[in-house]
Amino acid sequence: MKKLLTAIIAVLATHSAIAGVKIENWVAPGGARVFFVESRVLPMLDVQVDFAAGSMFDPPGKSGTAALTRSVLGLGAGKLDETAIAEQMADIGATLGGGADTDRASVAVRTLAAADKRDAALAVLRTVLHAPRFEAAVFEREKARTVAGLKEAMTRPDSIAGKAFWAAMYPDHPYGRSATPESVAALTRDELVAHHARYYTAANASITLVGDISRGEAEKIAEAIAAGLPKGEPATLPPAPAVAPGKAVKLEHPASQAHIHIGLPAIERGNPDFFPLIVGNYTLGGGGFVSRLMKEVRDKRGYAYSVSSYFNPLRQAGPFQIGLQTKRAQAKDAIAVSRDVLDGFLKDGPSSEELAAAKANLTGSFPLRLDSNKKILDNVAVIGFYGLPLDYLDNYQQKVRAVTVDDVKRAFSRYVRPADLMTVTVAAD
Amino acid sequence: MRMRHLLALFLLPGLLTAALANPYETTLKNGLRVIVKEDRRAPTAAQMVWYRIGSMDEVDGSSGVAHVLEHMMFKGTPSVGPGEFNKRVAAAGGRDNAFTSRDYTAYFQQVPKEKLPEMMQLEADRMRHLNVDAKEFAQEIKVVMEERRMRTDDNPQSRLFEQMNATAFQTHPYRRPIIGWMNDLENMSAADAKAWYDTWYVPNNAYVVITGDVDHKEVFALAEKYYGALEGRALPARKPQIEPAQDGTRRVNVKAPAELPVLIMGYKAPVLRDADKDSDPYALEMLAAILDGHDAARFNKKLVREDKVALSVGIDYDPTGRGPGMIYLHGSPSEGRTVADLEAALRAEITRIQQDGVSEQELKRAKAQLVAGQVYKLDSMFGQAMEIGQTESAGIPYQKIDRMLEKLQQVSAAEVQAVAKKYFNDDTLTIGVLDPQPLDGKQRRPTVATRH
Repeated sequence: MKKLLTAIIAVLATHSAIAGVKIENWVAPGGARVFFVESRVLPMLDVQVDFAAGSMFDPPGKSGTAALTRSVLGLGAGKLDETAIAEQMADIGATLGGGADTDRASVAVRTLAAADKRDAALAVLRTVLHAPRFEAAVFEREKARTVAGLKEAMTRPDSIAGKAFWAAMYPDHPYGRSATPESVAALTRDELVAHHARYYTAANASITLVGDISRGEAEKIAEAIAAGLPKGEPATLPPAPAVAPGKAVKLEHPASQAHIHIGLPAIERGNPDFFPLIVGNYTLGGGGFVSRLMKEVRDKRGYAYSVSSYFNPLRQAGPFQIGLQTKRAQAKDAIAVSRDVLDGFLKDGPSSEELAAAKANLTGSFPLRLDSNKKILDNVAVIGFYGLPLDYLDNYQQKVRAVTVDDVKRAFSRYVRPADLMTVTVAAD
Repeated sequence: MRMRHLLALFLLPGLLTAALANPYETTLKNGLRVIVKEDRRAPTAAQMVWYRIGSMDEVDGSSGVAHVLEHMMFKGTPSVGPGEFNKRVAAAGGRDNAFTSRDYTAYFQQVPKEKLPEMMQLEADRMRHLNVDAKEFAQEIKVVMEERRMRTDDNPQSRLFEQMNATAFQTHPYRRPIIGWMNDLENMSAADAKAWYDTWYVPNNAYVVITGDVDHKEVFALAEKYYGALEGRALPARKPQIEPAQDGTRRVNVKAPAELPVLIMGYKAPVLRDADKDSDPYALEMLAAILDGHDAARFNKKLVREDKVALSVGIDYDPTGRGPGMIYLHGSPSEGRTVADLEAALRAEITRIQQDGVSEQELKRAKAQLVAGQVYKLDSMFGQAMEIGQTESAGIPYQKIDRMLEKLQQVSAAEVQAVAKKYFNDDTLTIGVLDPQPLDGKQRRPTVATRH
């Protein structure tokens, strides 16, 4: 009913185009899933192609494969060398973006919608997707730059803490392995080519289009993208992360502030407890300035500039985590306060006022999640890539409203188990 | 109305003023200006309140007070308790925050459009009625010190940049960091913050920018209702504190735990004072785009990709600001190369432009990106409010934004070459080098070559 109403409003008042988001979905040749939102407000188009080709698919001992493959992908393809690619895009004011995370490798184009510009930008996108060169010289250069960046990261307390935290949470799962200078230095061009051939395929792709085109145009664009990809197979997932007993990891560093991470593997995308967990977490540490962690750690004690908690649902169980930085001498006290807040929350859940405040914000702020093409693209790409229901956005507010205090307590007790919490500190006294 | 038709007007700026009144503006009797840009693409609105007061208005011994006061602005008034401001914004489904720069302090809320009146009421309340409570201050100053540790003390690049500015500027207050020196924070009192507030937080030192799905007449009426009763007050005179001309290259070294050396070369540069009459800042902006506007722009193509002397390299130039301008070249050398190699390579690129100029094709490419950027920027309502607010903060009327784009489109290759000759001048250069130190105190990599 809500969708229908949206459509009627859209007809009556075309200037207020985004009251809801109508996602059209079909399957392109080879099995690529396509997600399209027509948005006529601005003369521009975003196209994003996501592959299940993130670092979770790095072969054992070859950490860094996915990230480097994605880096080199846009640096020479077909008849275009890396300079020609960048110049052709700049000439029409288009941009080529994307990147790789644990789960996804993305290639994205933003272009003006005018046919001449759009066609030129999409031609570059197709060339990059269909015929990357992986030139040896470019590969060696990017490898050296990546190694240097990793060496730099290993001097930074925040990077050291992040890597140690994931390694502690996922001792036997790819999420726990991150690229090192050594692992990247050992990579070969052939390994990148093999990663690309296996994972950059139609069956392993989702294509998201948002902007000033018709459904017919979107179909043609998606078909041309998919048709040039090998059909391939969907990625095979590793076994789900096993539960590891909690422990404390303490690393030395000369920084003035300790970096603290507390958490454990929690939920995957599409988990039915997602809504109780995010509604509850708003009160615990997700609600910015009004969360309990912020009040106790920052407002009352001045321990930290930033303190928060969040769930990061991934293809497989992604982490729940609390993060903060504090003067190194008071790290112990700050951890104790954070744990007190968490334990109190696990015991009693949010008060009814807190629950109402969480719902008011999460439902009230919903329009702000979708008030630009960029935000719509990000949301729809996640829905497409992770196979969330197409009515996910339509039902979002209703699902938030349905959460009870008991739902929150039950979900938290299931996924945030004190005995399994990892506590990682870098530069704590 | 569809934007497609507006776009045609954008590309013909001469027609724009006559055809399009949006944004709209009014000034209340107390001197508060209200600027409204209607954008009906989504049922949301953004309010930004800009105060013409930043770290450049501080005096020695009180560095950081502008930013500390920004934090205290969330600590309550007689009618809104401590922390209540954030609570009300959150209850309205909104997001809010604030930021302090050298030139201004700004506060914002993004909300569903029907909540805008409440946000205006809240901002109006704290414009004149803030409590600066000593107990709240005592906690909050600790938070700010943690913020300084996080942003600056433990961040080698930030420390280098802080030292760069303290070296490049010796008289002008841009020499002080926005967040303040740690010792000034340690000695700051609630009374300092209160004095700052009482002096500068008045409607005649502020302007409100609102964008979104709103009717400007309704917003003007709301502004009168909530902000209209606040009293204006004469502001203290602001002394110019003009930086004397620099007469020779300055160098500064910063040692910090890190792996990669960093080089920053900062040249004194002009900023826009008169959007119509000035020309050099436009040419410098196009120069920056030609050097670093895309992946195959000169710096990345030559220094990172072809010669591999740099791991990364870039250029920063902000053509607007209340104080003096700088144009910064920065980068990190590749393994086996030194900061001296990188400095030589950057200088060679500058010399190439000074001697041979830039091609028409490079200029055309930079302008094409500029045109597309004007469409992309409309994708963010908040971004549009930021653009209006920042332009105004530098003393340039927002009505000149389109004129500024037109002037950028008119920049010639000869003008780009001319500004390269004029401003890349060793006498106004400050060079900053981050000299990386091992975490464990043992030397692990050859010392960075530096020249004194």
